[in-house]
Amino acid sequence: MSMKVSTRQVDGVTILDLSGRITLGEGSVTIRDAVRDLLAKGQKKILLNLGDVNYIDSSGIGELVSAFTTVKNAGGELKLLNLTKKVQDLLQITKLYTVFDISNDEASAISSFTQ
Amino acid sequence: MTIGIRASTLPSSLLSAMDDGHRSTTRTALADSTTSRVSYTLDSTLDSVNKVEQTAEQYAQRAGFDEETIPYIAMAVREAAVNAVLHGNAYDPNKHITASFETTSDDLVIRITDQGPGLDPSTLPDPLAPENILRGSGRGIFLIRAFMDEVNFRQLQAGTELTLIKHRTPAKTGT
Repeated sequence: MSMKVSTRQVDGVTILDLSGRITLGEGSVTIRDAVRDLLAKGQKKILLNLGDVNYIDSSGIGELVSAFTTVKNAGGELKLLNLTKKVQDLLQITKLYTVFDISNDEASAISSFTQ
Repeated sequence: MTIGIRASTLPSSLLSAMDDGHRSTTRTALADSTTSRVSYTLDSTLDSVNKVEQTAEQYAQRAGFDEETIPYIAMAVREAAVNAVLHGNAYDPNKHITASFETTSDDLVIRITDQGPGLDPSTLPDPLAPENILRGSGRGIFLIRAFMDEVNFRQLQAGTELTLIKHRTPAKTGT
């Protein structure tokens, strides 16, 4: 199953609800395009909700990292919400768990963005 | 000594992932042991990557690996197939990858070959190094090594063979 993404706004933060697989040729390009579109619109507070992402490969991990650096370089913040155990394990193995700002609670994640 | 076995004798569940769109399916079995190896030749496409991944998952299930381990074996095989299709053959329609699956009494052995320019694993940057941690790529081989027990590279006359081995112990059911 390829990835699906829906967008919503909460208190100035854009939440991307992702579901499915983030892999080469599937979700990775979708994330890239979605983040690029948000930055073009000036929306620089981005929360990626990965609660329904059941699979991610090295390309998907790379895409999360690229999105993180792209948003940061544009003066914004990109954070992660609701990691499944598999995704959490992968980020720990690749030492990226401490690079990202990760939360399991949407409200606290939203309030953590710079006002 | 090897003998050929018709593909139609394979369990349908193992063939299902590879049934359409591939160039050839062959199977050989060692006559003097319970070891068997199934090899597939596939186009250099992402569709092939998905098929190889699904087939790896089925073989891992049959080899008796637990539900925690199976997805990681499948992911390692997927990463190897991506390397073969993307970095090895560069999606060249004139080049193919092969994927072979072998279940021995001790191991699940998966070999992926490409027809690319070759890969020297010693030249791969460490993705955990601070200067590489924010790179957008370069984690595939690292994950393969993390999830498999043995990973071997062999330079072919044209291309690379990657051998992925996962020990079946202590789980040995499902032979």
